Amino acid sequence: MALRKSTLPEPAPAVPTGALLQTWQRLRTSAWRQLLVVGTLCLGIAVLLTALDGRGFGPKLVYSLSIGVVCTGLVGGARLFVAWVHDQLRRARGLPTATDFNGWAGAIPGALLAMTLGPFIGLTLGDLLTGKQSASVWNLASSNTRITLVLSLLGTVISLVVISSLERLASARAAAEAAQRQAAEHQLRLLQSQLEPHMLFNTLANLRVLIGLDAAQAQAMLDRLISFLRATLNASRLASHPLATEFERIADYLALMGVRMGARLQTQLNLPEALRDLPVPPLLLQPLVENAIKHGLEPHVQGGLITVSAQAQGQELVLTVRDTGAGLGGTPVATSFATTVATPVATPFATPGSHFGVAQVRERLITLHGNKAALTIEPAADAQGGTRATIRMPLPRLT
Amino acid sequence: MNPPRALIAEDEPLLAAGLRADLASLWPGLQVLATVGDGLQAATQALALRPDVCFFDIRMPGCTGLEAAQALAEDWPEGVAFPLLVFVTAYDDYALQAFEAQAVDYLVKPVDHERLAGCVARLQARLAARVAPVVGIEQALAQLRGLLGAAPGAVTPGAPAQPRLAVIQAQVGNLVHLVPVEEVVYFEAADKYVRVITAQKEHLIRTSLRELLPQLDAQAFWQVHRGTVVQARCIGSARREESGKVTLTLRGRPETLVASRLYAHLFKGM
Repeated sequence: MALRKSTLPEPAPAVPTGALLQTWQRLRTSAWRQLLVVGTLCLGIAVLLTALDGRGFGPKLVYSLSIGVVCTGLVGGARLFVAWVHDQLRRARGLPTATDFNGWAGAIPGALLAMTLGPFIGLTLGDLLTGKQSASVWNLASSNTRITLVLSLLGTVISLVVISSLERLASARAAAEAAQRQAAEHQLRLLQSQLEPHMLFNTLANLRVLIGLDAAQAQAMLDRLISFLRATLNASRLASHPLATEFERIADYLALMGVRMGARLQTQLNLPEALRDLPVPPLLLQPLVENAIKHGLEPHVQGGLITVSAQAQGQELVLTVRDTGAGLGGTPVATSFATTVATPVATPFATPGSHFGVAQVRERLITLHGNKAALTIEPAADAQGGTRATIRMPLPRLT
Repeated sequence: MNPPRALIAEDEPLLAAGLRADLASLWPGLQVLATVGDGLQAATQALALRPDVCFFDIRMPGCTGLEAAQALAEDWPEGVAFPLLVFVTAYDDYALQAFEAQAVDYLVKPVDHERLAGCVARLQARLAARVAPVVGIEQALAQLRGLLGAAPGAVTPGAPAQPRLAVIQAQVGNLVHLVPVEEVVYFEAADKYVRVITAQKEHLIRTSLRELLPQLDAQAFWQVHRGTVVQARCIGSARREESGKVTLTLRGRPETLVASRLYAHLFKGM
């Protein structure tokens, strides 16, 4: 367990709950970028105005920056306020606060506020800074005022568009990173579930003893282990392999388990000649066979029989893994895609890994065939007892 | 002094043979009484043969090596030296830190020669030290309490917490009796079933105590024996016997229950 923890990448940091907190974090992370955008815009406006009337550049920059900063502040404030209201409304209704709040809801009232109040406050601030007295914003007769108003309006709209697309870009990048991380984590867990350390070390322990007792058999066992390991490591790279190869790898795995369990494990593989070349996802059956051993036969004192069969039924390929072991502990677990969550099966050795194995088979089937494929795990309905896992999928075409 | 005697419990025949062969070369004086392949036999054979050393695999059919050791400690006869226990485990069957913390002897598969030699030397020293009638069960009990406490009811630490059970549903034919958990006086394991005993009635449910235990409130329901879980408020009195076991009388039930030595520490004056 300890090793498993340390080799997995740390889980992605929890999403902050609450619209206010989320908006605040978004604003904080983009603050410098926003100031840069607004600053550049204001500098551009000041340069433009100076070019038009040819008079002092300094005061124009101060006024332009004042208006820009005030407008940005107003938009940010409005976004925070709307987020806060959103939180309060949800709390009042007893709902949990949002985890995926889109902070731009507040930008529209913010923009309106910025366009109306922004120039007025900005000019006043500019007056304070420069010590001059500019014409009142409300004096629309002054061409200066009109230019100021139009420019603030344009500036606000442009900066909003630029900043929002920057923010969207950043969040898209974060989402892509999270997805990549999740995929890597998934891959690692898949590999870990297939290369189950307990199986690996126990097999090696048996091999170690066998070397001293029967070198030829030890060599044969080692060959099986090698082909099983190679198939496991290749499984994520290949899209499919022939059903016959799938059965060979299952045979390798069962032979390794046979050395370990001795007479307690009997196996039977039924693959009709006609189905040998059908392409199937690599090692699709392996987690089911592993579960049959781990939860069916290993805990069962007298052991039992594992039967792996393939059948064509109409337009469907039906793959079954059946054991005569301990069974499902009285809890029938019949799940199809209607209930994708695997019901936990209480067995002495139930580990999160085994559920991952079943979930992973389901996931692969969904990805490939949507709801045209299904995995069911149920008590075997005959006198021998045990468990039957059945995969139904559209009959693959020969390639 | 008689030659030391050992019992090996290991479900994989090759590994059992391997351990036996390695022990034969490292400890020629050790007499291996028997090799058994499941947890239930491990306990019964150890009780019958009374070895000095037990090598118990953790993951075995029937019951785990840890549960076998629990059964052994609960039923071990008075006045006989308790065997030295060595647990054998592959990879992360059981958090090895738990073994370390309880100073329990353990071997990790594949067992290399050096590690086994060290283990043998320690066992020999401990056997030589126990000349007087030192029984040694108290230490074993303390260790087992620590191990079982670290993983209540199972060998899988870190299992997800299960929802609390509110009613027990006991099926008889096509009739299901619903029994509120708080009415249950005690649960008793009976083969693959659990007997559910209330003040008035008795029901059978098809589950194991091991599956049931994590769904009960540990404050209200006390395990007092590997096969018995009692609701604490239904215990009338507890009397400590010579053997170290504790006899419990119940409120609302005439029979008495036995708390094993492993759980006797639960009953002490405030």
